[in-house]
Amino acid sequence: MIPLLLILIPLLGGLINFFLKEEKTAKGWALLISLATLAASLAGIAQSGTLSFDAAWLPTLGSSFALSADGMAKMLTLLTAVSFPVIFIATNKNNYKNTSAFYALMLLSQAGLMGVFLSADCLLFYFFWELALIPVYFLCSIWGGERRIAVTFKFFIYTFIGSLLMLGGILYLYFLTPDHSFALKSFYHLHISAKEQNFVFWLFFIAFAIKMPVFPFHTWQPDAYEQSPTAVTMVLSAVMVKMGIYAVVRWLIPIFPEATAHFDNLVMVLAIIGMIYASLIAIRQDDLKRLIAYSSIAHIGLMCAAIFAQNKVGLEGVMIQMFNHGVNVLGLWIVADAIEQQLGTRKFSELGGLAQKAPGLAILLVILAFANIALPLTNAFVGEFLMFNAVFQHNIWMAVFAGTSIILAAVYTLNMVQKVFYGNTVPSTEHAIEAGSNTRAMLIVLVIVIIVLGVYPKPMIDLTNDTVSTILAAR
Amino acid sequence: MNTLAYLVPLFPLLGFLVNGLGRKSLSKSATGVIGSGVILASFVVSLLLFFDVKSHGATIATAFDFINGGSFKIPFAFQIDQLSSLFLLIITGIGFLIHLYSTAYMHEEESHHFARYFAYLNLFVFSMLLLVMGANYVIMFIGWEGVGLCSYLLIGYWFKNANYNYAAKKAFVMNRIGDLGFLLAVFWLLSKLGTVTYGDVFANYSKLSSADMTGITILLFVGAMGKSAQIPLYTWLPDAMAGPTPVSALIHAATMVTAGIYMIARSNVLYSHSEVAQNLVAIIGLATALFSATIAIKQNDIKKVLAYSTVSQLGYMFLGLGVGAYTGAVFHVMTHAFFKALLFLGAGSVIHAMHHEQDIRKMGGLKKKLPITHITFLMGCIAISGIPPFSGFFSKDEILAAAFAHNPVYWGLGVAGAAMTAFYMFRLYATTFLGTFRGTHEQEHHLHESPSAMTIPLIILAILSVIGGFVGIPELFVHDGHLLKSFLSPVITEQEHHIEHSTEYVLMGISVAVAAIAILFAISKYSKNPELGEPAGLGKILADKWYIDELYDAVIVKPLDALATFFKNIIEKSGIDGIVNGVGKLVTYSSRQLRLLQNGQVGGYILFMVLAMIVVVLIWVNDGYLYKMFTSLF
Repeated sequence: MIPLLLILIPLLGGLINFFLKEEKTAKGWALLISLATLAASLAGIAQSGTLSFDAAWLPTLGSSFALSADGMAKMLTLLTAVSFPVIFIATNKNNYKNTSAFYALMLLSQAGLMGVFLSADCLLFYFFWELALIPVYFLCSIWGGERRIAVTFKFFIYTFIGSLLMLGGILYLYFLTPDHSFALKSFYHLHISAKEQNFVFWLFFIAFAIKMPVFPFHTWQPDAYEQSPTAVTMVLSAVMVKMGIYAVVRWLIPIFPEATAHFDNLVMVLAIIGMIYASLIAIRQDDLKRLIAYSSIAHIGLMCAAIFAQNKVGLEGVMIQMFNHGVNVLGLWIVADAIEQQLGTRKFSELGGLAQKAPGLAILLVILAFANIALPLTNAFVGEFLMFNAVFQHNIWMAVFAGTSIILAAVYTLNMVQKVFYGNTVPSTEHAIEAGSNTRAMLIVLVIVIIVLGVYPKPMIDLTNDTVSTILAAR
Repeated sequence: MNTLAYLVPLFPLLGFLVNGLGRKSLSKSATGVIGSGVILASFVVSLLLFFDVKSHGATIATAFDFINGGSFKIPFAFQIDQLSSLFLLIITGIGFLIHLYSTAYMHEEESHHFARYFAYLNLFVFSMLLLVMGANYVIMFIGWEGVGLCSYLLIGYWFKNANYNYAAKKAFVMNRIGDLGFLLAVFWLLSKLGTVTYGDVFANYSKLSSADMTGITILLFVGAMGKSAQIPLYTWLPDAMAGPTPVSALIHAATMVTAGIYMIARSNVLYSHSEVAQNLVAIIGLATALFSATIAIKQNDIKKVLAYSTVSQLGYMFLGLGVGAYTGAVFHVMTHAFFKALLFLGAGSVIHAMHHEQDIRKMGGLKKKLPITHITFLMGCIAISGIPPFSGFFSKDEILAAAFAHNPVYWGLGVAGAAMTAFYMFRLYATTFLGTFRGTHEQEHHLHESPSAMTIPLIILAILSVIGGFVGIPELFVHDGHLLKSFLSPVITEQEHHIEHSTEYVLMGISVAVAAIAILFAISKYSKNPELGEPAGLGKILADKWYIDELYDAVIVKPLDALATFFKNIIEKSGIDGIVNGVGKLVTYSSRQLRLLQNGQVGGYILFMVLAMIVVVLIWVNDGYLYKMFTSLF
């Protein structure tokens, strides 16, 4: 029942939100719904084993409303469930025209995300995939920045092409199943010839690669992150990029083991090039949001490389890093939003000396920054340690090249800290004040998560153990 | 004893949290007492542990499972043995004196900054303790990166100054280059042995092929190059003096830079089995020792001279490690900790008295006004120059003797470096303390000896610098006089070398004579006529540090920046994006519906859903027509 609740609560809550005209009510209701979802998610974590739900849906098509929450799904739904209330509280002071529609769409997107992570049926998966994305098109094109239309269009083109390819792939597999079924299990049991795998693999991979994104399919992302309202950017980068990674782990690797093994080096090289490429660009960024976007691309590249190393330690690293990356990047966006909302700029050239005016925010950002560069005893270290280890096991030289990103990450992250917070104040920061208590409270929550999971990562690793063995056994 | 071990890092962590969180409410005296008290408490516990190890041997304390991944388990465990307990004493002992000194030195700071300073200082000690206490390489790595973080925070402590921030960032990034090497070595060990716990690694070293052994030891050494400021990763350390002076003392003496020595001494089993790596360590160490000594000769900033001397002395320690004199290197870490902490704190006392003047050309004649600082600083200078019976003599002699046994050329170059050391140290001493005062009247009027919170640490360190060498008296003088060697023997397998006693006397005589001559020369040259002008010719090249920073800038930083700019402005904008936008434009051009999307009127989702439905229906209705079309294609 819990898997169904995780989808239904935000779905129905979101639909109701459309009809709440009062701004305060809309915000309050959305927060309430997201907290209810969080409660459901925690209840799911508390139960051991895989939670399933199955109902007839389109029997003639061989598709059912099958949901399943194993370790990975529990973890990602938890990430989704945690992110939304944190986002709602941290951005509570932000004003939107037509507030009720904004929050309604946010909740609908959350429902879609939950569905993606929980679906055990491919058609259902596809349906939720679109349900998660469509509200974002609206959110970005209506509430975004100056260039929102062009950017949304680019975002749309990218994901649209990806979705079409994926749909083609799904249907192809569907017709291969003996009983014409969309069930995940039927797909897992398929015996696809190597030749076919090598072709269909790309239909899925490109869709997921765009979503992650992996170099060179990433150019929609910095624009979309920059132009979306920050609350939407947070959803995009903390949770939505995990759709792509999740899908690779859940769908691609087990269904196309031979193609995965065949193309592993190609994909890993692309991912590692992307890591270095994005890190270098991040060094030259003058915009706080774009810097975080490129930093995120570099981090996602490592996750992609680690998955294709196809070993246990890599999958374990990717699992916990999906959660950790979400938490850390969420924190960075909250800081970016706090700065932009207060000072009206995100340009490094117009910032500086903020540590004198907002020491509390500065300390929190420094902790987040060091989590972003995976300092030991922060959560990201554990994930990156396991993932780099996986890449090393696959190929030493790949690990060496990928490893340069930890140096570059230090450069751009400390650049950011220095340019925004240190040095002397500039005209735009002269009258800056400490960030609001909501913002700081949420950052403190995230920082506590960062340290706790950094010192004692075992529960998180244990949570996803079952998925790792399933995936490795399936291929 | 297991639970006692946890207390050692726990006290400084507690101090960090209390001072960090209470920085706005705590008074300065409370901050100082807490900050110094926790380190003193750690020192007391370290003493207990030391004597426990001495009588009962090593113990391992496992707190919890840290990372269990793949097929390996990495516990959060501490190993208290001869090597780590010795380092614990150095870290907490010297660390405490530096904390005590700081309470007076930093007293002008506002109280919340004062608390921030002590919080960072405590965190620094905490990280260093993790580094030496860890029972495996990953826990060592936690401390390893932790000290990098703390040095970043402390070098950039005065964060309004952009240059200081730059120095802080440089320190962190250079360290990270080394850290990558360390990390790769850890992965290598994990992939070959499935463990990084010291005991298991050293017991199973024979399972490693010689290529593995070489790879692992060289990568570990890359880590050590970063942390211990060796060529080519040394340039951060001289810049690191941007931080408050006691921080320099902490970085140079008790924490951070000694980490690389500790790591290699800890891994002595691996290094002894890789000749390639050992030679590399010795050569890099020797080259660094000489190279930085030449730079120190022409520096006029009191802290810069000391900074380059640290780089140079670290070079000696690596030379020792490279020729298999692990105990000698650890011994030199210890004596160096005494006299380098003394010298930096002494320099701090001078800077304090001179109202933040650091240029020795504007000092002179401070002998009379700062009697305690003067006499203790002189002790430090003699100790570092290797004059018997001061501590530096014993440790340096041990390294040089081992170097001679390995290769007489190493010894010759080492002695040349020692002569330079004696020369630049006494150039510094003579220019600062002898002759006549060259500062302003204002400064002269305010010249004063520092308060006792600063002079007491100086006196204690001076005593240690004088007598600290007696724990390692060579076999030559006293049979079984090398207490340190016998104490460390359970964890360090020394590579034995034999030199005739007569030869050893001669070598010792030469190095002492050379140092003494250099000292006399420097004093006679600079006490009356200090170098006040701008250097020219070779002197200018030395003063400008061989232009290495400029070289790195031109060869590495600038090209990377250019590449990044090229990626950002050309590839990203017109390459990848150009293609995508081209496709986008094409689609827009040929599609009315999509143009509607671009107007923002109708969501593309409608078109999209319609298209998707058409596809589904097509396939369904035609009973797999499209599927057949696909399969016929491939």
